[in-house]
Amino acid sequence: MTQETLLSARGLSLSFGSIPALVSVNVDLWFGEILGVVGESGSGKTTLLNVLSGRMKPDSGAVWYRDPAGRLHDVHQMPAPALRTLHRSDWGFVHQDPRQNLRMGVTAGGNVGERLMAQGARHYGDIRAQALDWLTQVEIDADRIDDLPRTFSGGMLQRLQIARTLVTHPRLVFMDEPTGGLDVSVQARLLDLIRTLVARLKIAVVLVTHDIAAARLLAHRIAVMQRGRVVETGLTDQVLDDPQHPYTQLLVSSVLTA
Amino acid sequence: MKGYNFAYLDEQTKRMIRRSLLKAVAIPGHQVPFGSREMPLPYGWGTGGIQVTASVLGPDDVLKVIDQGADDTTNAVSIRRFFARTAGVRTTTITAEASVIQTRHRIPETRLREDQIIVYQVPQPEPLYRLEPSRVETRRMHSLSDYGLMHVKLYEDIARYGQISISYDYPVLVNQRYLMSPSPIPAFDNPKMDMMPALQLFGAGREKRIYAIPPWTQVRSLDFDDHPFRTINAPHPCGLCGATDSYLDEIVTDDRGGRLFVCSDTDHCAQRRQAGHVGTDGMREAAE
Repeated sequence: MTQETLLSARGLSLSFGSIPALVSVNVDLWFGEILGVVGESGSGKTTLLNVLSGRMKPDSGAVWYRDPAGRLHDVHQMPAPALRTLHRSDWGFVHQDPRQNLRMGVTAGGNVGERLMAQGARHYGDIRAQALDWLTQVEIDADRIDDLPRTFSGGMLQRLQIARTLVTHPRLVFMDEPTGGLDVSVQARLLDLIRTLVARLKIAVVLVTHDIAAARLLAHRIAVMQRGRVVETGLTDQVLDDPQHPYTQLLVSSVLTA
Repeated sequence: MKGYNFAYLDEQTKRMIRRSLLKAVAIPGHQVPFGSREMPLPYGWGTGGIQVTASVLGPDDVLKVIDQGADDTTNAVSIRRFFARTAGVRTTTITAEASVIQTRHRIPETRLREDQIIVYQVPQPEPLYRLEPSRVETRRMHSLSDYGLMHVKLYEDIARYGQISISYDYPVLVNQRYLMSPSPIPAFDNPKMDMMPALQLFGAGREKRIYAIPPWTQVRSLDFDDHPFRTINAPHPCGLCGATDSYLDEIVTDDRGGRLFVCSDTDHCAQRRQAGHVGTDGMREAAE
């Protein structure tokens, strides 16, 4: 791990009318690190994700991203084409609802290949080979490559979305409740898959979740949010085993242990 | 014609259209909005093409109008007569004689020259519209040249049918920058657009868009390295003139499976027959 951060945010604030969604939030993310953002619904987790990824502008504060050449970019000052290029190559976004990201009228192979083609891949055989490779990696049968996503189950859709996002080998992936809305056994399998892929490809992840168990399994570090503020940060085990802030204590104690 | 301005449109309207045309020529393949007028024919019959033609036409011009390659179809005859009456310009069916050619669905087989203008009638100027319904989004895609989606469509074709199955309105990249719909011409005609000496103007009346390709501009049909663009044509010679290199129409001649393949470009076919070329069906005709 180097001393330089991949993504860092300083003093992010954003309010929707009189409702403060973010209050001077600072975030640092290092290469290959998984940062879990936990908190109850309405605590500003998704807003933070949107601001970090440049999809939403903060009222104040800045987000800095270090590109592969080591240059720093202010995400919110970047020209639109540069941000778009970043989003379709170096970055990835995994939504809670895979239908938001996938093209439901396009085959699984086409969905996985789209980012490659957007980057200028123009060899059908190569694109197909990579799509096949990625479908196998996310445990989707190779013979489903020409099937439409609408014939896929919820878990398969989520895995397809992950394949589509990771095919360009991004360095940073934003995940918004990737296991939400799935049943528990599928969740476990998906978490395992994400952990394996992310570790192997050394991808940095900002993982937004309300599921403490998922955060414990995946995240290296955790940030706990309440009413737009980060109330506690630290190593995952440290925060979850020895919570300091009253809200974190409440959050951890409210998890049912099987 | 009394009571009408030269070529039907008033001069202010023509100026407005010419401004859009100039902008369109300056940015090859980019769709420029214009204030499309009501024309005395229905949308889809060439209102965009007519307005562009009216704006570039001068008293000395010679006009040719084709529809599906033919000079004698309803649309072609009506538009030709419209300009003969409202502008009094000379009209022709011979490609080489014309200075302005308005076309629907075809590019003439005869190679065009630098002193000619070809005007296309365009029903749908947006090449991405079947793939991305939002115009806000397609505009953004054009501005960022984010055309991966079009290749997804080509990918899907190969995955499903083993080949790219677009036979007309085959998308092209103009001057290595803008993705453009070539209007519903057959893919067979796409190579003619590349480095064409003539000025190519496109008018979409209902959609209120004008775009253009200046002379000698690169026009590349999208494809994959391992599935290169190919033109498709019926594997027959023309039944009337015996041409093997022209785009053919299939005409059903009886209810016993009889069919005739003839050049869709009627002028090209007539010129060849005049020069003494005869196809198999032409010979049969002569024998009878």
